[in-house]
Amino acid sequence: MKTPILKQGPYLIASLQAEQSDTDLLELQEVLVEQVGRFRSRGVILDVTLLDVMDSFATRTLRNMAQAIRLRGAETIIVGIRPEIAFAMVQLGLDVRLSGVQTTLDLEEALAILDRQRQEGMCRD
Amino acid sequence: MTDVVQIAIRSDSDIVMVRQQARALAKELGFSASDLTLIATALSELARNIVEYAQQGEIILSQIKQGELRGLVIGARDSGPGIADIERAMLDGYSTGKGLGLGLPCAKRLMDEFEITSCVGQGTTIKATKWVH
Repeated sequence: MKTPILKQGPYLIASLQAEQSDTDLLELQEVLVEQVGRFRSRGVILDVTLLDVMDSFATRTLRNMAQAIRLRGAETIIVGIRPEIAFAMVQLGLDVRLSGVQTTLDLEEALAILDRQRQEGMCRD
Repeated sequence: MTDVVQIAIRSDSDIVMVRQQARALAKELGFSASDLTLIATALSELARNIVEYAQQGEIILSQIKQGELRGLVIGARDSGPGIADIERAMLDGYSTGKGLGLGLPCAKRLMDEFEITSCVGQGTTIKATKWVH
């Protein structure tokens, strides 16, 4: 199943699906890293609200995705980790493996952070 | 109530399917939302191990009743290469595959009971139980 990706100004928003398979996640990784360059995006938002589990594979793939996207010049924010998924991740120590990747409660906050980072970046230039 | 579901695991879409089946069965038993997620996560790790190391195998989900206790048993079986050193395989971060080496220890931590038997060249069998608290 293809993951829907929306383009919102300088950002890309990917909504991960409940029935996301490992192959879908790897495909999303490739598409996003490519699209960040094509659209000259400054930020990527990964919405995981619908995701049913965040296991070791999903955690590693999301981290790899965020790191590759950073190398391409954009920031990644993970949005919408549900309470029960957060507990499971902490119990497994997966939260540590995701450290370095920003997470926010909702889309609004993620967009605000990305906007702020862009403005700070422009001021420095 | 001894519902048993047997699912062949051959590809990563089967991993998603088995998670959904387990959620439905566990929900019937009265597990909380957070327990449903723990069960689905454990199952995801076990099913992925089958696909990654043995290419194919099966998962058997069954509801059990023991007096007042109700629980869900996950059976995972494959005829793959087996695990030479189970003790090491149960350590965080040890992997002979491409993963993080968290699959088995993760699954064990998320369930109440966990038994594993493995024979090199013959395959691996895992039985993991979660009780409704």
